[in-house]
Amino acid sequence: MSADGASPDGRAHGAGADDGRWVGRSIRAVEHRRHLTGTGAFVDDLQRPGLRHLAFVRSPHPAARIADIDTDEARATPGVEAVLTAHDLGDTAPLIPALARDDFVPVEMPLLARDRVRHAGEPVAMVVAATPHAAEDGAERVRVTYEEETAVASLEAALADDAPAVHDEAPGNVLLDARHADDDVEPDFEGAAAVVEATFRTGRVTAVPMEGRACLAEWDRREDRAILYTSTQVPHIVRTAVAGILKLPERRLRVIAPDVGGGFGQKCVVAREEALTLIAARAVGRPVKWVEDRQENLTAGFQGHDQRYDVRAAFDEQGRLLAIDADIVCDVGAYSNHPFTCGVEPLMAAAELFNAYRGSRYRARGRAVATHRPPMAPYRGVSRPQIVLVVERLLQKAARELDLDPVEIRRRNLIPDDAFPYATPSGLTIDPGSYREALDRCAAALGYEALRERQRAEREAGRLMGIGFACFAERTGYGSQVFSQRKMTMTPGYETAWVRMDPSAGVTVAIGTSGHGQQHRTTLAQIAADELGLDPGRIEVIQGDTDATPYGWGTFASRSTVVGGGSTKLAAIRLAERLKRIGAHMLEAAPEDLELRGGRVVVRGAPGHEVALEDVARLAHLEVHRLPEDIEPGLDAHASFDPPGTFSNATHGAVVRLDPETGAVTIERYVVVEDCGVMINPAVVEGQVRGGVAQGIAAALYEEVVHADDGQPQTTNLMDYLVPTAREIPAVEIEHLETPSAFSETGAKGMGEGGTMGAPACIATAVADAVAHLGIEIDALPITPEWLLQALEAARPAQRGAA
Amino acid sequence: MSDVHLIRVVVNGEPREAAVEARRTLADVLRHDLGYTGTHVGCEHGICGACTVLVDGAPTRACLMFGVQADDCEIETVEGLADGDELNALQEAFSAHHGLQCGFCTPGFLMLATALLRENPSPSDAEIRDAMASNLCRCTGYQGILEAVRAAADGR
Repeated sequence: MSADGASPDGRAHGAGADDGRWVGRSIRAVEHRRHLTGTGAFVDDLQRPGLRHLAFVRSPHPAARIADIDTDEARATPGVEAVLTAHDLGDTAPLIPALARDDFVPVEMPLLARDRVRHAGEPVAMVVAATPHAAEDGAERVRVTYEEETAVASLEAALADDAPAVHDEAPGNVLLDARHADDDVEPDFEGAAAVVEATFRTGRVTAVPMEGRACLAEWDRREDRAILYTSTQVPHIVRTAVAGILKLPERRLRVIAPDVGGGFGQKCVVAREEALTLIAARAVGRPVKWVEDRQENLTAGFQGHDQRYDVRAAFDEQGRLLAIDADIVCDVGAYSNHPFTCGVEPLMAAAELFNAYRGSRYRARGRAVATHRPPMAPYRGVSRPQIVLVVERLLQKAARELDLDPVEIRRRNLIPDDAFPYATPSGLTIDPGSYREALDRCAAALGYEALRERQRAEREAGRLMGIGFACFAERTGYGSQVFSQRKMTMTPGYETAWVRMDPSAGVTVAIGTSGHGQQHRTTLAQIAADELGLDPGRIEVIQGDTDATPYGWGTFASRSTVVGGGSTKLAAIRLAERLKRIGAHMLEAAPEDLELRGGRVVVRGAPGHEVALEDVARLAHLEVHRLPEDIEPGLDAHASFDPPGTFSNATHGAVVRLDPETGAVTIERYVVVEDCGVMINPAVVEGQVRGGVAQGIAAALYEEVVHADDGQPQTTNLMDYLVPTAREIPAVEIEHLETPSAFSETGAKGMGEGGTMGAPACIATAVADAVAHLGIEIDALPITPEWLLQALEAARPAQRGAA
Repeated sequence: MSDVHLIRVVVNGEPREAAVEARRTLADVLRHDLGYTGTHVGCEHGICGACTVLVDGAPTRACLMFGVQADDCEIETVEGLADGDELNALQEAFSAHHGLQCGFCTPGFLMLATALLRENPSPSDAEIRDAMASNLCRCTGYQGILEAVRAAADGR
């Protein structure tokens, strides 16, 4: 990785590359300076005169009727100015899921619980006070009388015949029951050389952005408008939703995402608290701030990945995967999120289960199951960490049964290079990638053959060492068609860019994607810079402000580089065309003979025949009387982009060691060979890969949101919910392949979730490989030391018996 | 209110005074009473380290110390690292090695690394990893952070 120097003002990016292009270079991120100097502005850093503070009263019970709420003592608490319950919310609307399917039960998420609470941590009342401490004092003094009910706190409990209903509308607790494909798979199973059957389980995890959720709401009385600062990935979606809840005209609400301290999907859905903070500000006539604390984030924030797969797979004698029959259930908690709904996990899982591997017949049922646990959001990876685990483990088990090498069985099943565009058994079309090459390179980087030799020696010495792989396709940058096929009633697919040059020839790109650690201000500027022949240091990227950006959908689902980058490029091309037209007039040349280079409009092949962009920009804005009549004043260009989606691919490989005394898993090496098409900024790509891998390792070995059988949260702080540190996360070696996408304007494919998708399966197959000779199967995550020790203990007699 | 205490601290070399309630943490005082919002609060129970500042030179969780306990102490925060517009070597290294993404944990890591390199100017890779394992980052996977501290230690 190379990094170019920044000028003292931190804005310029050093000399241009030899070919004059900025795409493909690891230039320094312009976002760095503010965070390195403490001058960033996250929501809690914002101050306002007269600011009031909000604290929520949250249900301690996972399932209960609310008999009474007594707010008298809270109102009498020093500093407290208002206490609001559901009865004080007037005609505000609840949050509703945006999905119209016959197999879906839409359930509303109330802003504050009125009659029933459905998970511990559900907001029941809110207290506004002069200080955060006084607000919490007041919240402690709200007396809520609950009549406890029996909670269903797991998939098994929720699907039991006599289970209590979380929602009356869904008596069996199934909120979505989708048959994705319904092939007759039985002939494949009857003729199979190997049939693998297994149940896979992945634990509930949560995103833990280092900045929790936070809002500051204020009413601008001068303009009669509301402003909501919120730590979100999706400011325009928040505006549409919150304006709808408060029945405000959208133009009277401005939503701003200032610096956002990570999101990972937890902040790509609309939170009740976002609307409630604005309601609180309206109630007290003052700016109001709410900053989620870590306990709230861990107990009341959106969670995910809590899934079970009952799967059968049929293989022929060559180890080729023929058919999969899958029953997928996802514990989606108490409510649907807005807008993506609780259907997002089962629908994604069922649609992509074969993933990067070929097959012919497919049958899948995907269910979203309500429980008395916090609702899910599309946490990084959305079901792909699970389906990659499922498919990799199926292949690993089949290899063992058929006495094939685990890498060889993968190679035989991966989509071959001559099969593109490849139609999957579940009906997706995968565009060209480097599936087999990525696997081969990963195996070579690890020194696979030598590792197998070493493993034999280690086993003979009684040591446990394993090699794991995960090969996957990552669907990214998908547009409105994909969401419409899912039957969403809003389709968050396209993106629009405004690219404008000012009279001094500086450029501003305004876009609805909303970066929060992805360095979009840098990478989108690189894309525009190449089209405009400008240093990216002269290009500002504006995001995260609904007043300043075109309507757009925000940053999630690995979409921003493909969709936002594509629209940025198209708009920059339009601006470049305008600049050439004006330049042609000034140079008395034909526009088609011109190009933009080094901040100038130059006549191709005619050295010295050129005009500076400053002169063009000045003419277009300040001296329009010199423009021909058919050229409008100004230098603005707009473009939208709504692509069908494009698949990046990667193979992860790992070597792990197990300590039989402690059950600890140590990762000795971790290699990623990834192909995200054209890289805009390799340093940013590698940062996304490494961060994603860390979150995937976390889900494989450390993290799990635990609720007791009665629904009480057990992991309420970071001593119980184990986010790994630098001690647990290994160095990740990365190799890049580059298969440009034909479906994105830049050739880039998205890659923000791949690390998280591959790592759980890679670690699980490595641990499974380490203990395969002991008859231990690794079919559930997280693989905790406690579980491993028990499994090793249980395997010992068998081992003795076998010896 | 009766439990307000007047404290004197020196923050990044500048003498400051604040009247603080006893229950306000040093993080509250720095951020909200004195305006040093570069110090972030990520967990309020001493695990994530986003609020790490130096108190009389020692890396300290500002969320686990009351403001009144900092009376008469010298505090260093992220705002004191750069020399005007000039980033210091550690800040430069974090940028060059892409040791930050969302930036929320960054001030805590910078202060932690500042203390490490003062105490041990030539740490081994293992010592860097050990020290940096005190704080949490959710974006980077830590590698860029470790490389940055290595580079700063090596004067690169």
